[in-house]
Amino acid sequence: MKRLMTDGLAVLATAGLLLWGGSALASGGKTHELEDHDWPHAGVFGTFDRAQLQRGWQVYSEVCAGCHAMEYLAFRNLTAIGFSEDEVMEIAADYDVEDGPDEFGDMFDRSARPSDYFPSPFPNEQAARYSNNGALPPDLSLIIKAREHGLDYTYSLLTGYEDEPPHDFELGDGMSYNPYFAGSQIAMPPPLFEEVVEYEDGTYASVDQMAEDVTVFLNWIAEPEMEMRKSVGLKVLIFLFAFSALFFAIKVKVWKKLH
Amino acid sequence: MGLAHSQNKVVRWIEYRLPVFAFLDHQLIDYPTPRNLNYWWNMGSLAGIMLMVQIVTGITLAMHYTPHADLAFGSVEHIMRDVNWGWMLRYLHANGGSMFFAVVYIHLFRGLYYGSYKAPREILWWMGVLILLVMMATAFTGYVLPWGQMSFWAATVITNLFTAIPWIGEDLTIWLWGGYSVDQPLLNRFFSLHYLMPFVLVGIVFVHLWALHTHGSNNPLGVDIKRPQDKIPFHPYYTVKDLFGMGVMFFILALFTFFLPNYLGEVINYIPANPLQTPPHIVPEWYFLPFYAILRAVPDKLGGVIAMALAILVLFVLPWLDTSKVRSAKFRPIYKQFFWLFMADCVVLGWVGANPAEGHFILIGRLATIYYFAHFIILMPLIGWFEKPRPLPEHIGEPVLKRGAGGEGSS
Repeated sequence: MKRLMTDGLAVLATAGLLLWGGSALASGGKTHELEDHDWPHAGVFGTFDRAQLQRGWQVYSEVCAGCHAMEYLAFRNLTAIGFSEDEVMEIAADYDVEDGPDEFGDMFDRSARPSDYFPSPFPNEQAARYSNNGALPPDLSLIIKAREHGLDYTYSLLTGYEDEPPHDFELGDGMSYNPYFAGSQIAMPPPLFEEVVEYEDGTYASVDQMAEDVTVFLNWIAEPEMEMRKSVGLKVLIFLFAFSALFFAIKVKVWKKLH
Repeated sequence: MGLAHSQNKVVRWIEYRLPVFAFLDHQLIDYPTPRNLNYWWNMGSLAGIMLMVQIVTGITLAMHYTPHADLAFGSVEHIMRDVNWGWMLRYLHANGGSMFFAVVYIHLFRGLYYGSYKAPREILWWMGVLILLVMMATAFTGYVLPWGQMSFWAATVITNLFTAIPWIGEDLTIWLWGGYSVDQPLLNRFFSLHYLMPFVLVGIVFVHLWALHTHGSNNPLGVDIKRPQDKIPFHPYYTVKDLFGMGVMFFILALFTFFLPNYLGEVINYIPANPLQTPPHIVPEWYFLPFYAILRAVPDKLGGVIAMALAILVLFVLPWLDTSKVRSAKFRPIYKQFFWLFMADCVVLGWVGANPAEGHFILIGRLATIYYFAHFIILMPLIGWFEKPRPLPEHIGEPVLKRGAGGEGSS
C-alpha cells in the first residue's frame, strides 16, 4: 500500500513536471516577458481597495470608454465599488441611452438610470472598426479573464509602449509599437500619459499608477464575485477540513474493532 | 440487525408492501465487503457523488441558461453576475467535471492495477467503460454550451471528424450540425443531449452496481473470498471510510472552485464565439488530451478517428487480452512494471496533446500512441503467458493477521 502510494506520487510528480515544462514550452513563442507586477488584491485574503477601484473607474470612463465597450457593466453595479446610490444616479445621468419606442413609434434618447447598462461607444462592429483604423477595440468586461495572465498582461501592455520600434521592425500605418502585443504592433495608440486624468482623491496620476488602477478595476468587472468567493471559500475549506478530520477519527475508531 | 427488522409501525407498513428496507439492508448496510480494501477503492462512491453534484448544479444552471447562439454567452455571464450564488454553481459545475474525470480515471487505473476486469466481473467492467464513453460525450457537449471561442472551435474540430467517415461522412456531419456549419441548431441539440445523458449515466451506473453487488468487490490481493470472517458489513466500515473520502474530495474541489476557478479552463473561452476567427491553438480540456494526442498521431484523418475510438474500445476486450490467471499486480512482478510504464505513457500522451502538433511532439506522440496500443494488444497477452506470478495467499485475512504480529501486511 505504502509502496503503491509512493510510486503513485512519483508518477504524479513526473506528470506535473512534464505538464509544467510543456506549458513553459508552449508559451515560449510570446513576444515579450510580462512585467511581474505585485497585485494588492491577489492571494487568498486579498480584497479590492475601494479607492483604487474608483480611481480605476475614473481612468476607464475618461480614457478607455471612448473606444472600449463594457457590455456587462450596469450603473447599479458601481455601488459595489463604494459609490452611494445618489452618486450612481449622478454618474448614470451623465450618459444617454436609447429607449423606446414611444407612443409615436419612435426611438428616443434619455439620460441613463442605475438599472441601465453602460452604453457602447459605437453602434456596431463596423462603426467601431471604421473609427479605429480597421481594428476592433475589444469589450473590456471580461478582458482580465480572457487573456493569459490577464492582470500582468494588461498592465504590461498599458505601460509597455515604446516610441521607437527596433530599426529592422516595419511598423504599419497608424500602428504603435508595443512588444507585449501579439505581433508587437497595436492599433491602439498609447492611451495613458502623466496626469491624463485628474484623480478626485488627489493621487498623483502617473502612468504606472493609472495602469495599475484601471487593471484592478477591470479585474473587478471581470470577477465581481471575487471577494465573496474567497471569503465563502475560506469558510468552506475550514468546514471541510473539520468534516474530514472528524470522519477520519471516526473511521479509525470504528475500524479498531476489527483487529 | 437491520432496518427491515425494525418494530416501527411505519417501517413495517411500508416493508410489507414494498421491501425497500430489506433492499437497503442487503445493498448498503449488511452488504458483505472484503475487509482489506485500500483507499483506491474509495473512487467508485466518489464518482457516484460527483455525478450527483453535476446533476444538481447542472439542473440549477439550466434554469438560467439560454441555448441560443446570440444569447448563450450572455446568459452565462448573467449566471455569474446576477443569479444568486450563480458564480458558485457554475464554478462548481465546471470544476466538478474535472473532479469527476479525475476520480473516474483513478478508479479505472485501480481496476487495471488490481485486475478488477477479470472473471466474473467482465460485464461490470463493460458498464464502466460505457460510463466513460457517455461521460465523454456529456463533457464535450457541456463544454460547447457557454459558446465561447474554445466552445465553438472545439465543436467545429470534433464534429468535422465525422466527415472522415467514407461515403456518408459529409451527409452525416450536415445532419449532426442541423445546417451547413456549427451554429444555432447544433448548440440547441447539444444542450438537449447534455441534459439527457447524465440520466442515461444514472441508468448505466445502476447496472454497474447491480453487476458489482452480484459478485462483490475485488480486493487488493485479488483472491476470492472464501471465509465469512474475511468480509465485513458495508456499514459502518465503508460508509465512514467513504464519508472521509468525500470530505477530502470536496476539499480539493472547493480549492479549485473558490480559489483557482479558471485554472483548468482556457482563457479564450471568455471571448464570445466568432466563426470568422480561428484561435491559433485549439486544445481540449485536460481529460481529453491523451485521446487528442492519439487522434493527431495518425497522419490520416480517418485513421486518427479510428485510433481514437479504438483507444477506448480496446478496453472492452481487455478481459480476454489479459491472459494471466492472477488478478492483482501485487503478485505479478512483470506486469506491475509495465502498469507504471503504461501510466507514464498516458501522461506523455496528455503532454503531447496539450502542445501543438509540430517538431519533436509529432514523433513523441506517434511513439506514445504505438506504445499505448502495444500495451494492450501485445504486452498484456505476452506477459500473462511468460510471467511467473508470486504465490497467492489462501485468504485475504492472512496479511491482516500478519500485521497483528508486527509485519507491514498489505504492501
